[in-house]
Amino acid sequence: MSRLAVRNAWSAFMICVAAACAGIAALLLAIIVLYVLSKGAGALRPTFFTQIPRPVGIPGGGVANAILGSAEIIALASIAAVPIGTAAGVYLALFGRGRVAASVRFLSDVLTGVPSIAIGVFAYALVVLPARQFSAVSASVALGIIMLPIIVRTTEEAVRLVPHTIREGALALGIPAWKATLLVTVPVARPGITTGVLLAIARVAGESAPLLFTAFGNPQWSVGLTHPIAALPLVIFQYAISPYKDWQQTAWGGALVLIALVFALNLAARVALRSRFAR
Amino acid sequence: MSQDSADLVSFRVARRVETGERARSHFADRIFSGLLLGSAWIILIVVCGLLAVLVKASWPALTTIGFKAATLAWSPSDDRYGVLSFAFGTVVTSIIALALAGPMGIAVALFLSELAPKRLAGPVSMLVELLAAVPSVVYGLWGLFVLAPVMRTVVQPALGKWLGFLPLFQGPPLGIGMLTGGVLLSIMILPTVAAIARDVFAAVPIEQREGMLALGSTRWEMLTKAVLPYARQGVIGALVLALGRAMGEAMAVVMVIGNTPAVSASLFRPAYTMASVLANEFTEATGQTYVAMLIEIGLLLFGMSIVVNVIARALVWSVSPKGTRAV
Repeated sequence: MSRLAVRNAWSAFMICVAAACAGIAALLLAIIVLYVLSKGAGALRPTFFTQIPRPVGIPGGGVANAILGSAEIIALASIAAVPIGTAAGVYLALFGRGRVAASVRFLSDVLTGVPSIAIGVFAYALVVLPARQFSAVSASVALGIIMLPIIVRTTEEAVRLVPHTIREGALALGIPAWKATLLVTVPVARPGITTGVLLAIARVAGESAPLLFTAFGNPQWSVGLTHPIAALPLVIFQYAISPYKDWQQTAWGGALVLIALVFALNLAARVALRSRFAR
Repeated sequence: MSQDSADLVSFRVARRVETGERARSHFADRIFSGLLLGSAWIILIVVCGLLAVLVKASWPALTTIGFKAATLAWSPSDDRYGVLSFAFGTVVTSIIALALAGPMGIAVALFLSELAPKRLAGPVSMLVELLAAVPSVVYGLWGLFVLAPVMRTVVQPALGKWLGFLPLFQGPPLGIGMLTGGVLLSIMILPTVAAIARDVFAAVPIEQREGMLALGSTRWEMLTKAVLPYARQGVIGALVLALGRAMGEAMAVVMVIGNTPAVSASLFRPAYTMASVLANEFTEATGQTYVAMLIEIGLLLFGMSIVVNVIARALVWSVSPKGTRAV
């Protein structure tokens, strides 16, 4: 065999190896999702979404309180993180030069990489320790901090993509800068900003590590902000490591609901971004 | 249109604003930009606050235990708080994860950015990104009930049989332990490596590839000799970022690593990592020193993640200055 033939064969072989790696990665996702689907589907009775957990051995019951709790914690975190994050992102995109902007950019990137459990420890030390009580608020503090950098950087990028001419046109008409920003620049960037918010929510919806010692979990209905509260990822964790078959079954059901929710949010984020180019 | 000319326009608009309604809007402008700047400052305050609160809350441990934390024995009931075994577990599991996910993630990235037809690259990219979206607790659940049994019955016996002469693969196949933790972590960081490396490869100029092909290279030689060397720093940055993610992961690891403060040569043995000890012991910790010591571990994780991120981002930025957003 000639040397060229060997080189070509080697090239073709290695390209196949790379393709196989990509195939394996996609296959891993399929394996995990299909396994969760097959194990979890059995747990999804109607009561799963309407009732609170029952003690071991008593059939029925659900994780309605955990779903409600997760929704409450995430809503509260979003109320704080979305306005602050988008405002900071707009600042970086429009006025973002100089030392403050550079440090904000840098630190929000660093914040993305901080382990979520360390942020949970922070919320514990900041809120739970002084109050001497696990609470929904402390969990929202932790999740809000995790959301912030994601929203900041996606907003900045989205606003940056808005052509300057649009904004200048508005300014030339004598519209004050704040109106030009809020009514001209931000609406154009809205698909990108929506994507960032949805991705941030998707990210924290699945977080369990920062909730362990902030939300703590609660087997009862609980919506009080200053009380321990149930959350879906926590229930999955607690039931998964329990020795009881029906609790483990509930964990699979919860995992299925959580995966469906997170994937739906991710897809929604993509759709929101695509609509930008469709127009 | 450049930023400068935009500022010039706003400057002129601002200068004309003198009286009446315009004076009011000028005032509103100042409040508005003040609000924006304030929001940006909140980010700075949060990060500094993180550091300050963690240091303050771990102060009892930092002062009473100090450097005795750099020992092996972890036995809170005897007032012994050595964290080295956790650091060992963190390092070992992260290295396993990186050793598996690194080459594979780079291969996936090469396939997606260089080799795959466009119609295939899009959907596969999306699947890989969804792999990153799976919540860690779901990985933990899957690892505990699917991966661990597979490791116990298939992988570990096979490794013991063929590579058992190495201390790494000796001992009974338990299923849970450092090896399983590392393998699970590698699945979790694979999309991180793949997505960032893909963006780094996309930033390599097309002339690199054309020049190499024009010299008569095969496609694979073009990738390994023209694309990879050019993107080397960015790829290393991607690996370091993935390493950071692996070191900080708590929930998936805590479910499969066995949670035993031990240092052993065999990867089959159970261990602990810094993040998983927090997940496992924090809510049960009693006594001021115990809690403060755990918070100190949180502080260490925080510091570690900052170092890792600074290094990684410097490397990634040096290749694609616009910044890579696929983190």
